[in-house]
Amino acid sequence: MDVKSALFYAFAAVLLFAAARVITVRNPVHAALYLILAFFQAAGIWMLLHAEFLSITLVLVYVGAVMVLFLFVVMMIDVNLEKLKQGFWNNFPLAASIGAVLALELASVLMGGFRSAPAPVIDANGGTISNTKELGIALYTDYLYPLEVAAVILLVAIIAAIALTMRKRQDNKLLDPADQIKVKPADRLRMVKVDPVQQALVPAPVPEEPKA
Amino acid sequence: MTVTLGHYLTLSAVLFALSVIGIFLNRKNLIVLLMAIELMLLAVNTNFVAFSHYLGDMQGQIFVFFIMTVAAAESAIGLAILVLLFRNRSSVNVDELNVLKG
Repeated sequence: MDVKSALFYAFAAVLLFAAARVITVRNPVHAALYLILAFFQAAGIWMLLHAEFLSITLVLVYVGAVMVLFLFVVMMIDVNLEKLKQGFWNNFPLAASIGAVLALELASVLMGGFRSAPAPVIDANGGTISNTKELGIALYTDYLYPLEVAAVILLVAIIAAIALTMRKRQDNKLLDPADQIKVKPADRLRMVKVDPVQQALVPAPVPEEPKA
Repeated sequence: MTVTLGHYLTLSAVLFALSVIGIFLNRKNLIVLLMAIELMLLAVNTNFVAFSHYLGDMQGQIFVFFIMTVAAAESAIGLAILVLLFRNRSSVNVDELNVLKG
């Protein structure tokens, strides 16, 4: 067994262990941390498959952004664990049988069909350009339009996430510049018609002091 | 035993089956459901990368690139909806999120 096969089995074992922990562990924070471990192992497996750019992207995007977002959300909300874990193992026989059937069927078909697959074409371009450069050339020529659509999808996601979670505070004293610009003199100053000459108020008669 | 394409595909099949089991088990906890979906996407992406490597075709990796973009957008919006749900209902229990049921 060469080094590459040994690395594959090591990464695969830890990946499956971490995935099993993600779905069975009690605390969602631990589940998120095990998911991070799973992503690291998957990045290693992709590295074995010579997909260096995607491997690093998996670590940067998933571990660096998505999982941190998950951790933030998990820690921000106060989950009632006891209630969520009631009857956790009730569906396990059904789930395990379905999962086993799924895995066995897929594995039998795939191992039967692809065990004698052709040896990998490691360097389709003769090894002159790197994986990242090759991916970039394809992305910015043949896939330019899909790339821009992906950019728009990310923009929509940003706007949607902000718009969904934004909450107007009632107690802040922030001024609205639009309202300040729209203001007219009549809103600030009220002209009151007043007669130029006014009747002086007649003072109330002072009660005379009783003379001694 | 040298590693073939079948080994990688089997690994992602097992990973996919594990996340299906996870969806069954964690049917009450919305957060772990989202995590199981992320695991499923990881299995699918591994399939794409394996095929791309063994068939010497770059298209598979480009597909993975776009899947990752959409998955990031999906989890951002999903978590935003989850926060919104928790703010309104004080719970992430899927059984209690049935107000839209007619």
